Amino acid sequence: MDAIAGPVTQPVRLRGRSYLAFVLTPVVPIMEWLHELDDTLVRSPGFFVGKPVVLDLSAVELSRAAITHLIVSLDKKNIRVLGIEGVDASLLTSNMPPALSGGRTCAIALAEPEKPEVKPPVASLMLDIPVRSGQSVVFPDGDVTVLGSVGSGAEIVAGGSIHVYGTLRGRAMAGVNGNPSARIFCQKIEAELLAIDGYYQTAEELDASLRNRPAQAWLDGRIMRITPLT
Amino acid sequence: MAKVLVVTSGKGGVGKTTSTAAIGAALAQSGQKVVVVDFDVGLRNLDLVMGAERRVVFDLINVVQGVAKLSQALIRDKRLENLWLLPASQTRDKDALTEEGVARVIAELKPSFDWVVCDSPAGIERGATLAMRFADEAIIVTNPEVSSVRDSDRIIGMLDSKTVRAENGERVEKHILISRYDAGRAARGEMLGIEDVLEILATPLLGIIPESQDILRASNIGCPVTLNSPGSAAARAYMDATKRLCGETVPMVVPAERKGLFNKLLGRRAA
Repeated sequence: MDAIAGPVTQPVRLRGRSYLAFVLTPVVPIMEWLHELDDTLVRSPGFFVGKPVVLDLSAVELSRAAITHLIVSLDKKNIRVLGIEGVDASLLTSNMPPALSGGRTCAIALAEPEKPEVKPPVASLMLDIPVRSGQSVVFPDGDVTVLGSVGSGAEIVAGGSIHVYGTLRGRAMAGVNGNPSARIFCQKIEAELLAIDGYYQTAEELDASLRNRPAQAWLDGRIMRITPLT
Repeated sequence: MAKVLVVTSGKGGVGKTTSTAAIGAALAQSGQKVVVVDFDVGLRNLDLVMGAERRVVFDLINVVQGVAKLSQALIRDKRLENLWLLPASQTRDKDALTEEGVARVIAELKPSFDWVVCDSPAGIERGATLAMRFADEAIIVTNPEVSSVRDSDRIIGMLDSKTVRAENGERVEKHILISRYDAGRAARGEMLGIEDVLEILATPLLGIIPESQDILRASNIGCPVTLNSPGSAAARAYMDATKRLCGETVPMVVPAERKGLFNKLLGRRAA
């Protein structure tokens, strides 16, 4: 299957495309305006570097020589003019940027130092796997929910409350950022240590009648209460 | 392409090496091509349990470091022609293992075997983490005791986070193998029950291996129990576990206490 590919002539295609450009609008007196521009450049040098700039001369009336002078002085400041707007096209010579028209105003995203994106505050952390021995889950921003057990030797640290839908065999520390109203809930309590806002109880102090039952721990003033749920 | 299976536990002395040998041999007995790799660098045992200690020339470290070729280090079992051993070095320590080296060895083993069974050392350090690093499946050997169960829990957590599969968002398939199960002690409540172990570890059970003199005897003469005394309860438990590993459904048998005549006669002690 030897197909001889003849020379395919591609028709010249023209496409329209719009770009965003800065517009500089000089005002009289031109010399003063240039000084002001210099001041701006001192404050943020490189502001115009590599950016397309359009010169809007609608506010001033300049001769061809004055326009040439203006373009040259902008060029010295590293501002390259892409086109000129608001001027009679007959004033422009062929070595000047072309005349533009029909520009529309739009918002320009200035290259200011980017602000870190404000994330909505995450109030809880959900874990759908068991927390294994030796693992430590630290979430100072809010509640921690575990859909599974927390193994002996595992550790959950939460700024808010801790919910364990399984057996809590490890350590649970709730309200670590000074939140005495945080609580610890679990479906079966066999915890090694429970702490809320710095007040803690170890397994030894845990009432034997509570073991293997759904329970919650909460602070009553400076005393930790552990009570069965249901 | 081989499946990489790690036999691990965290705690020492629970029966990792014995189980590696027994399951490796059982897989080979079922006709599959198996290599058992000893990762216990510095404290190697698998060669003894496999009865190959007098034939070790090169070892895993030699291969990892490029001193020897894989084919020079592999030892073929004398009893099963499709069972091979890659021994560990006894003179070096675990720091001699590198992740790149282990990756290379495993990648080189995979095309020519059906199973690469890695015998993990105890602990959670370099040797153990590298043994599990490239695993597709894991057998966690657990004794029904709180310390062993807690260590197993720790190891399961590591299998879920520190393996290549876990890092790629995949799962290492995990199985619990309860070993050294003593029916008598379990009946007297001196051991954790099977349900308790499984409830704590929340991982499927592969098998229950009874504590048995046959296993000790097999280890002493350097022959996997599944080869040495295939009729024994322990060997049958290993065979069943191996079948389950291969996807067969085999009913689980909880070893029961076997009472001899004397036990029956003198079973109840007067108060």
